[in-house]
Amino acid sequence: MNHQKREDLVKSVLFVFSITASLILLLIIIFLFNEAIRLFQEVSFLDFLFGTKWNPEQGLYGAFPFVFFSIMATLGALIIAIPLGVSCAVFLAEIAPGWARDATRPVIELLAGIPSIIYGLFGLVIIVRFIKVSLELATGETILAGSIILAAMILPIIISISQDSIESVPKSFKLGSLAMGATNWQTLRKIILPTALPGIFAGIILGVGRAMGETMAVVLVLGNSENMPEVVKQLLGKEGSSTVMQLINQVPEILFKPGEALTSAILLEMGPAQVGGLHYSALFALGVILFCITFVLSVASNYILSRSQISVR
Amino acid sequence: MINSKTSDKVMKGVFWFSALLIISILFLILGYVFVEGIRVVNLSFISDMPKNNWREGGIYPAIVGTFYLVAVALLFAVPLGVLTAIYLVEFRKEDNLTSIIRISVDSLNAVPSIVFGLFGLSLFFYYLKDFTGGPTIFSGGLTLGFMILPTVIRTAEVALRTVPLSEKLGSYALGATKLQTISRIVIPSSIPGIITGVILGFGRAAGETAPIIFMVALNPTMPEFPYLFSQCNALTTQIYYLTSEAISIERAFGMAFVLISIILISNYSARLINKYLARNIRR
Repeated sequence: MNHQKREDLVKSVLFVFSITASLILLLIIIFLFNEAIRLFQEVSFLDFLFGTKWNPEQGLYGAFPFVFFSIMATLGALIIAIPLGVSCAVFLAEIAPGWARDATRPVIELLAGIPSIIYGLFGLVIIVRFIKVSLELATGETILAGSIILAAMILPIIISISQDSIESVPKSFKLGSLAMGATNWQTLRKIILPTALPGIFAGIILGVGRAMGETMAVVLVLGNSENMPEVVKQLLGKEGSSTVMQLINQVPEILFKPGEALTSAILLEMGPAQVGGLHYSALFALGVILFCITFVLSVASNYILSRSQISVR
Repeated sequence: MINSKTSDKVMKGVFWFSALLIISILFLILGYVFVEGIRVVNLSFISDMPKNNWREGGIYPAIVGTFYLVAVALLFAVPLGVLTAIYLVEFRKEDNLTSIIRISVDSLNAVPSIVFGLFGLSLFFYYLKDFTGGPTIFSGGLTLGFMILPTVIRTAEVALRTVPLSEKLGSYALGATKLQTISRIVIPSSIPGIITGVILGFGRAAGETAPIIFMVALNPTMPEFPYLFSQCNALTTQIYYLTSEAISIERAFGMAFVLISIILISNYSARLINKYLARNIRR
């Protein structure tokens, strides 16, 4: 066999291997939808997504409480992680002297490498207890505890992507601003951060995906009660009516109440669910929601990242 | 009004503070797990069989099971990931197909771990039950393998891309074919990067819980012949079991200590191997 033929052979064999990732993704989609479809023959998709009552014994499958709690915990995590993560990224990219950078980088890698179950264990023993004692609540297993743990877990991804995009801001932008007499902080605020913004945004989106999909830490600290808080019922207009301001005033209350995330529901209810039954199918439908959310977020952030790299160069 | 010099200094302080805060978060978590863990961890904790539903004795089956699962995951993901990376870097110009593969890899990386758990449950536990035997090392290991495939592909890709063009061109100039260049120049000099990827994949697989939670046994189980198709325990799932069922938080911390040690040692050795090979391969 001459070498051209051999090369073509190797190339086609490698091609087969390289589509495995796409194949697995396709299989995940097929299997998730295949199991979830049975639910949608009984319950309409909109009733499933926006229904507020989840009670498999009575045949009620409303996923909205889970979606709501996942979003609340994620928003809370973002409020903590964005300022902290972006300023740490600025520190690493712009301010840190060499030794401080060398000391911080492995810390962030390690933070990313700690298994989620250990975050959960730590959260349950330290943060949940701390919240319970310091705020004098009946239970410390709250949305707030989930947000704090999720914040720690998404910090590494926000930091590393923000740092990359801050570092990819052309040096000339910065020098030009400094030459005009601007201080470091002015340069950072008016020149560097705005230029790096798309990349930072992409990192945040990836962090949102991570937080929504996180399972083990959330299931341990969130308390797992899918009873919808009053404020959500009002938001949905099912009970009574109230002004927008009243609703906004009540939002902080939810932070101090237990909740149950999408991921937790799948994990906790798979045991009791009967294989092939409607409940089992409904849990796969929750998986479909999760998959769609994270898929869209991932595609969006990669699109932003690829666009911003081109524009920076 | 705060003048610009003052705000400059204040913001500098803020940035230093945020980095210190993040460092202290890490040390708080690691420190707490070590302090709590070291109380229960000793040689027999690691090497004995558990007794009384994991309340006494050791955690040997969980450690062994974790290694079995991770071994299967790596055997699947490493060859496949490296070959995919070689194809993407050496054989293919950027076109629609490579961008489809890349989007798939990124999306696969973003799939939540519990969704992998659902997928494994549906595919291996029920659909292929006759072949996999249901919740076995094979099923759990492959599910983990699917999950770490993107990590391996990405790190291998980065490693392959760092091979200098001059070395490849030198090889071609000496009359080597493309396959010779890849097998004698490109792969050997990217080995350190690939090994780093393998070890990162190892750490990630060992620390995952949700993908294997439907695939492992909770009662103490030692894998028996045929190993691939027998049941096993895992460290992560046992930590969850002991914590959520309130069996023993102390022993959950002992397991967490062992798990973190495995991950820290593997990460550190990845760095050492990388350094050592990087120095020795480039004669």
